Amino acid sequence: MVAGGDLISLTESGLFCAAGNFYIDPWGPVDRAIITHAHSDHARPGSKAYLTVNEGIGVLRARLGQDAPIEGVRYGESVTMGDAKVALLPAGHVLGSSQVRISSHGQVWVVSSDYKLGQDRTCEHFALVKCNTFITESTFGLPIYRWRPDREIFDEINNWWSTNRDAGKCSIIFGYALGKAQRILAGLDPSIGPIYTHGAVERLTHEYRAAGKLLPDTIHAGSLSRGTKFGGSLILAPPSAQGTPWMRQFGTVSTAFASGWMRIRGTRRRKSVDKGFVLSDHADWDALNKVIRDTGAERIIVTHGYTAEMVRWLRENGLQAESLATRFEGELAEMQPDSAQEPQEQDESAAAAVETSTDSQEDSSA
Amino acid sequence: MREFTALYTALDETTKTNEKISAMRSYFEHASRADAAWAVYFLTGRKPKQLVQAPKLATWAIEAAGLPEWMFGESYDAVGDLAETMALLLPDSTHISERSLASWVEETLLPLRGAPDTVQRQVMLDSWQQMNEAQRFIWNKLITGAFRVGVSQRLVIRALALFSGIDAQVIAHRLMGTWEPTPAFFQALVAKETADSDVSRPYPFYLAYPLESDPRTLGDIFDWQAEWKWDGIRSQVIKRSQQVFIWSRGEELVTDRYPEIAQDAILLPDGTVLDGEILPWKEANVLPFSQLQLRIGRKEVSNKLMTDVPVVLMAYDLLEWQGEDVRATPLRARRSIMTDILRGLPGVSPEENCNAPLTTGGAEVPACQRLSTRLRISPTIQCRSWEELSQQRETSRSLNVEGIMLKRLAAPYRVGRQRGDWWKWKVNPYTMDAVLVYAQRGSGKRASLYTDYTFGVWDNGALVPVAKAYSGLTDEEIREVDRFVRQNTINKFGPVRVVEPQLVFELAFEGIQRSSRHKSGIAVRFPRMQRWRRDKPAQEADTIETVRALLQE
Repeated sequence: MVAGGDLISLTESGLFCAAGNFYIDPWGPVDRAIITHAHSDHARPGSKAYLTVNEGIGVLRARLGQDAPIEGVRYGESVTMGDAKVALLPAGHVLGSSQVRISSHGQVWVVSSDYKLGQDRTCEHFALVKCNTFITESTFGLPIYRWRPDREIFDEINNWWSTNRDAGKCSIIFGYALGKAQRILAGLDPSIGPIYTHGAVERLTHEYRAAGKLLPDTIHAGSLSRGTKFGGSLILAPPSAQGTPWMRQFGTVSTAFASGWMRIRGTRRRKSVDKGFVLSDHADWDALNKVIRDTGAERIIVTHGYTAEMVRWLRENGLQAESLATRFEGELAEMQPDSAQEPQEQDESAAAAVETSTDSQEDSSA
Repeated sequence: MREFTALYTALDETTKTNEKISAMRSYFEHASRADAAWAVYFLTGRKPKQLVQAPKLATWAIEAAGLPEWMFGESYDAVGDLAETMALLLPDSTHISERSLASWVEETLLPLRGAPDTVQRQVMLDSWQQMNEAQRFIWNKLITGAFRVGVSQRLVIRALALFSGIDAQVIAHRLMGTWEPTPAFFQALVAKETADSDVSRPYPFYLAYPLESDPRTLGDIFDWQAEWKWDGIRSQVIKRSQQVFIWSRGEELVTDRYPEIAQDAILLPDGTVLDGEILPWKEANVLPFSQLQLRIGRKEVSNKLMTDVPVVLMAYDLLEWQGEDVRATPLRARRSIMTDILRGLPGVSPEENCNAPLTTGGAEVPACQRLSTRLRISPTIQCRSWEELSQQRETSRSLNVEGIMLKRLAAPYRVGRQRGDWWKWKVNPYTMDAVLVYAQRGSGKRASLYTDYTFGVWDNGALVPVAKAYSGLTDEEIREVDRFVRQNTINKFGPVRVVEPQLVFELAFEGIQRSSRHKSGIAVRFPRMQRWRRDKPAQEADTIETVRALLQE
C-alpha cells in the first residue's frame, strides 16, 4: 500500500493528493476532482468542481450533464493547487484523456490512468512523462495481450464489411460508445457503404466532431423511418445493444466485437459474435513494459487489471513495484454480460434501455 | 498452410451451414490435390497419433518466448487452451513460410514421431519461427492431435459434392473405410462417376406425413395398402454387380454393421433394390428399439452381439428390378414383384415367405415367423373398413409397432417427404403427468432461455426424475417457464437449476423400458411436453407406480 508521506494515497473516495487537496477520478462526490477521461468508471457525478483538459470538456459534459461545474486546462499547462504543481499530459486513451503529473516537495508522481501507445487519429498521442513514482494501469498485463498495428485491423474491418456487403448483409460492430466507436469510424472506408450509428454512439461522435475531429459521415439509425433498408451498411453500436430488439430492424447481419479481449478465441466465441477485432484503447503487454521502464520511475504502483501478475513480473525484473486496489475497471466492464452468468437478464434490461437510455447505461464504464 | 488456416478461421467464425460449406468448397477449388487430401483427412476428424507430448511442447514454447514458467501458467489460465496459449506467447516471426499444408504435414509433422527430444525441439522452434499466430495455433493443434473444427463429416461431403458435381452418396461411399490422404486418393474421391461408384448408389427415400385427419377422408379403403409401422432403421438394401450395400436413411453405408442381412441379400437377383426397415428380431418377435441401439453405433459386430440382437430386414417396397428403376410403377405392381422375388429366394419354399394377414387380438405374431431368411415381407393388414382397421391399430403396442402405415396402391414411389400417398397413422402416445424439477439453458437461439427440462414423478413422497424434454411448448409458454425458473430456483449445480416443484406438464412419449441406468428404473422414448397442466397441483402428478404399470401394457 501507499505509505503516509506519499503524494497520492487511497481513500474511501479514491485516489487523493493531500498536498494539493484534490482527488483523481474519485468514485464518490468530493470537493475537487481531476478527471482523466470521461469513461464512467473514471468520471462520476456529484463532485463540486471538476478539472479536465479542454478537449475533454464536451464528452465529459455528455456524461455529467450540461450544468456540471467543469473547468478546462490545456495539455501541459501547469496549475498550482495548494502545495502541488499539477499538469495534465496526453494519455492517448480517448478524446481528452490525460495522465496527471504532480510535483511537490521535490517529488514527481504520475498517475497514468488508462493509456495506450500508437496512432489514434481521434485523440492526442501518449506523452511520456519522467517521474519518481508511476501509478500505472495493467488491464492487459499478460504477455498474451499484444496488439497489431491499427492499419492491419482497419484493413480487416473494411474487408469484412465489403464481404458482408457483397453478400447483402449488414455489418454491426459492437464497441464502447466513447472512444472505440470513433476510433473505428476514423478507420472505416466510407466508399464501401453508408455508416449508421446507435444513439449513444451518435451523441458522443457529435462531441468528437465539435472538438474538431474529422470523421466520416454517420447517420443515426434511430432517426430513420421504419422500413429503411440497411443492407450493405455498417452499424456502430455499444455492447449493450447486442441481442436486443433494436437489432431486428437491420435484417441479415454479421456481428463483430472490437476489444482487446478478442485476442482470445474462447472470449470471442462466448460473446457469440461472428468476428472479433483485436482493437483496444489500453496499452498492450509490450507497451506497458516500455512505458514503465521509460518513465525512469524508481517506484511503480499498479492499479486495475492483472495487478498481481504485473507486480510480480516487475519485481522479478528488478523494479520496485506494488499494487493498489482501485475501483477502475479498464476494459473489463465490457465483458460483464459474459461474466455475469445471467446474460439474458442483462439483455432484457439493455433492451428496455435501448435508444432512450443515458450514456452510463450504454457504454457502462468503458 | 496459409489457405488451410484461412479455411479454419472461416469455419470458426460462422455457425451457418451454408457458409461453412461454401468456405470448404472454395478451399477445394483452390487447393492442390495433396493439400485437399490432408484437409479432408483433418476435417473429417482423422488424426495422426500424438506426435509430441504436450508438456514438452510447452517447455519449448516457454523457452522461445523467454518467459518465466509461472507467467506461462497465468497466461494459460486466461486463455484456457494450450495450443492457443503457445501461439499467442511465441515471438513474432520475421518470415512467414509459404509451404503447403501437405509439405508441412508430410515433411515436418509426421517425421516427428519417435524422433529424439533434441530433434523434436529444434523442429518445433524452427517451425514456429516460420508461421504467424493463426498458423501456429493450427500447427500446435495438429501436433497435439487436438485439431477440431465445427463441421460434421456430412458437411464435408456436401462441400465435396458441390465442388466436384459428384453425388454426395458417392462421395460418402468413397470416404468409407481406411484410406491414405494422397493426391491420388483425392483425385479418385472427386473423379467423375465410374461404373464402380454407380453400383452402391441408393435412391432418395420417400417419407410419410403423419395422418392428422380422420382416415375416412382418404376415401375407399380398398385403394389403400395398410401395413404395420415398424420401429427400426429405415434402410435400402442394394444388390448390384454381385455386391450388397445397405444404406440407412442418414445416408450412411452400414453394410458391415448388419452382416447377417448382407449375407442373405447376396442371394437377391442382381439389380435389385429393396426399401424396408431393419428390425431387431428374435423368436418370432420384434424386439424393442432400445435393443437395436446396441447395434447402431457398432462398426465391429461380434458373434455375441449377433446372437443377442439378431436383425432382419422387413422389406416393404421395391425400387429397382433387373437393374431398372421401377419407382414410377404403381405400388400394387412393385409389391407383387417384390413378393415374387423374396418368395423365390433359394432355400425358401414359396409358402414360407408368406403374405398372410395378422389376426387381431395380438396373440398371434406375424405369420412369417418360421422363415429362415432374414429378408422378410412386411405383411399387409387386410380390413374391409376403416373402423376395422382402427381396431387393428389399437393392438399396435402389443405387437411392438408404432401404428399403421397407409400407402395408396396406385401411387409411384416419390422422393422425400410429400403429402398425399403415404401416411403414418401412429397409435396415440403414452402420457404421464410429471413435475418440472430441473431446468437448463438451451443452445443456439435458445441459449438465453431455460428450455431444457427434467421432470419427476412421485415415489414415496419424493420426486424421482423420469424424463427430459425440450419440445412441445410455444415460445410464449417457454418465456413463462423461463421466468418461473429464474424466480423459483432453490439450488444450482453448475448450469442446472433445481426449481420449486410446482409446474405440472403432461408428457407424451412413444415407448417405455426398464433401465438400470436410471434412478427411476425406467427410460421413456421421445418424451415431449404435450400440455401444460395449469389445472393440476404438483401433489396430483403421477406416481412412479402408475408409470411403471405402462411397462405391462
